[in-house]
Amino acid sequence: MDELKQVFLQESGEQLDALESLLLELEAHPDDETTLNGIFRAAHTIKGAAGMVEAAAVESFAHVVENVLDRLRNHEIAVTTELAALMLACTDHLRVLIASEAGTAQLGAADIEAQTTSLLARLRAFGPGGQVQAQSHAAKAEEPGVQRIPSPQTGHNCWHISVRFGPDVLRQGMDPENFLRFLETVGNIRHVETLADRMPPVAEMDPELCYLGFEIALESAADKQTIEDVFAFVRDECQLSILPPHAKVDDYVELIESLPEDTLRLGEILVRIGALTADELNEGLRAQATPAEGEAPTNEAHDKPIGEILVAQQVVQPEVVAAAVAKQTQVSEKKAQDAKLIRVPADKLDHLINLVGELVIAGAATSLLAHKRSDGELIESSSLLTRLVEEIRDASLQLRTVQIGETFNRFHRLVRDACKDLGKDVELVISGGETELDKSIVEKIGDPLMHLVRNSLDHGIEAPAVREAAGKSPRGTLLLNAYHDAGNIVIEVADDGAGLNRDKILAKAIERGLVEPDAHLSDREIYDLIFAPGLSTAEQVTNLSGRGVGMDVVRRNLQALRGTINVSSQAGQGTRLTLRLPLTLAIIDGFLVVSANRSYVIPLDAVVECIERPESEHDRNYFNLRGQVLPSVCLRESFELPGERPARESVVVVQYAGQRAGIVVDRLAGELQAVIKPLGAIFRHLQGIGGSTILGSGEVALILDISALIKISGQAEQRLLARPEQRSA
Amino acid sequence: MTTLPTPVGATAVAGAKAPAVVETSPAQYLTFLLGGEMFAVGILNIKEIIEYGTVTEIPMVPPFIRGVINLRGAVVPVIDLASRFGGKRSEVSRRTCIVIIELTENDERQDVGVVVDAVSEVLEIPASEIEPPPSFGAKIRADFIKGMGKVNGKFVIILEVEKVLSVDEIATLARVASDGGGADLTGGGAPSA
Repeated sequence: MDELKQVFLQESGEQLDALESLLLELEAHPDDETTLNGIFRAAHTIKGAAGMVEAAAVESFAHVVENVLDRLRNHEIAVTTELAALMLACTDHLRVLIASEAGTAQLGAADIEAQTTSLLARLRAFGPGGQVQAQSHAAKAEEPGVQRIPSPQTGHNCWHISVRFGPDVLRQGMDPENFLRFLETVGNIRHVETLADRMPPVAEMDPELCYLGFEIALESAADKQTIEDVFAFVRDECQLSILPPHAKVDDYVELIESLPEDTLRLGEILVRIGALTADELNEGLRAQATPAEGEAPTNEAHDKPIGEILVAQQVVQPEVVAAAVAKQTQVSEKKAQDAKLIRVPADKLDHLINLVGELVIAGAATSLLAHKRSDGELIESSSLLTRLVEEIRDASLQLRTVQIGETFNRFHRLVRDACKDLGKDVELVISGGETELDKSIVEKIGDPLMHLVRNSLDHGIEAPAVREAAGKSPRGTLLLNAYHDAGNIVIEVADDGAGLNRDKILAKAIERGLVEPDAHLSDREIYDLIFAPGLSTAEQVTNLSGRGVGMDVVRRNLQALRGTINVSSQAGQGTRLTLRLPLTLAIIDGFLVVSANRSYVIPLDAVVECIERPESEHDRNYFNLRGQVLPSVCLRESFELPGERPARESVVVVQYAGQRAGIVVDRLAGELQAVIKPLGAIFRHLQGIGGSTILGSGEVALILDISALIKISGQAEQRLLARPEQRSA
Repeated sequence: MTTLPTPVGATAVAGAKAPAVVETSPAQYLTFLLGGEMFAVGILNIKEIIEYGTVTEIPMVPPFIRGVINLRGAVVPVIDLASRFGGKRSEVSRRTCIVIIELTENDERQDVGVVVDAVSEVLEIPASEIEPPPSFGAKIRADFIKGMGKVNGKFVIILEVEKVLSVDEIATLARVASDGGGADLTGGGAPSA
């Protein structure tokens, strides 16, 4: 596939995402002009891009969609639920069309074709009719002060030329009649009305002066400039206004839209497409600069936009000006966006971040060396260097992170559609959308999140009637939340539905042979059963969920990201799923500790305080921390490190998911910035270690995964207690 | 057609001969010493050979995983080959090296270092000089051996690196070790998968 097409596929995907979210927004706020314009722009961009890569099917379909959107934008039709649904369907279909262009469509060509036809038929109901143009035409005819010829049957195909010859025309040897004849060479004059109202009484009339004016209906294929040129010799002497035929207005609007996106002034746009001649523009500009006679020379007159003046001068239709103004805004907005975004291949970024990572390590080595030499100047210069390197590192890491909000926002559509299907009323509440995480994680978290959201909608939140009966608001709430906690990213999916049915899950699990019938399980263990493959408590399989494959896939995907998932639920109150993901590929603030000459890094976010190990008369792993029991983990014991425990040890008090614990280490070595290096696939099952980092000395230090470390230490203790004979070993 | 019989026939003959030449080209192998024995690894897998330096130990893994090293900013796991074959860990001496081998498993590239006692030389061993592995008696899992190369009248064990350093298998063994709380596991154990 050529590069252009690749870009098209990617960009149109983004535009479709934008289109979809804007449509949903429009449904909620039908009067929002900005949203409407955004929708129109997105559809238009897709059409334009499709045209560029010669994707005819996409282009022609997008064109019809765009027509309807245009009518929407011009308030010719109103936003209805039906229309919004149709537009969303069209968005989906565009996706299919683009996919088929890429050769990745899942539907056959015939199916796509059929869908196109049916959607086009539905779109036609909202399609443009002649009503609008007739209206504006009528409105113009009623305008006072200007005499108008009555429109003959074919009138809307005619140029409307209104010319008032100056008094001196005849003296200069020019006969108005000649111009009319000359006009015949560029087209057919359908109708001429001679205006003689300037003619004074015969006694006062000067036969050498011209008093005549003409209103001419000209049927012609020529452009405006050609018609104007007919009057070239008298251009300075007469008042001339040439109004293009109404049929031409659409052409102009289309021309405006197809213009390349340069920064143009309004007048320039109109001249470029031929709706305005350069002379007309100059005249308009003059009128703008010098207020019209009789008008008070106020600032208002000066500020009158050129578009309005041109319309007032009868040289161009308001529709054309409106289209040109829209184009102008579009160009400037597009420019602003272009300035904001640069498309960069992800592998280039990865390479940059790798290099920066090495730079950080090399910088740390240099500063270590400087301190060793006790060279004041060197220390100073290396500390400056370190500071700059840190800034570069932070900036380049920012490049890779994205906000999770984008991922969350996609669920608006899912929730909306699911609500329609299921007859439920659910409000999606999103918070923490600005939480940043690595792009690679964002990409992989989408599917698991979708499963969870679907589950909540299908099984969690009850139907409105059931909710009312239970004394809850008929409208359910689904909450998506994200935040950083102890070096992890936490994503929550919570609903205020019925909660998990403990007994039903247990019964089902026993039925499937997943647990023994007489087993005693804690609530948490029972809730964990929902992740078992093949377990679904849904009585009916819907197209949303209930097949029992969702949750185990979710857990597996999360495990692949070294993440965990927790369930908490309260009958009648709702269910909360908490996803915890590590910050891989990132740099964290760490706290360096040393045990048995081995360096370990504790994520600084988790560290609450550091204390010296209190004197204790027992060798049990808990301490008295200001009157509270502090369970702790001794690194030497947990990691089976060689050597004797030193006489003085330190305890790092950490906080994790609301729990406090102590980590006993030999000594503390201060804060550092740790570039997280994944340990690789070989260590993917390793618990208690979250990754590694390279210290300034070149040594590899392990980064502790506090929650897992505490968990496995607890498990190890339980195991030892269960097998007392090994306790002394 | 009849005017050009000779060139058509000539092309066909030339085309038939070409593949035979490729097949007989001898492959190159790096040979190294491990516990006094000579082993060989196909040279195409080898990225580089470095001096044995600081290796950071990883807790709760089987003993044949010696730890990780910093290879110019990348963290690379180091496997003790002698221990992987079921023997004792190699003693570190002046000539101990780490051979960095690039593996592709499940479409993922992974560098793995292996500890060897000493690196010897790069040899060309023609395919005709490679015997199939013995069904038993080598005291190394049969699937670890790709073949037995004949060099100067002696046998050299050519290793099947994809099997010896199978990331999946090592990861599984590592999990068993961490779950079991230090159960007696050697690298020679059968894969639990």
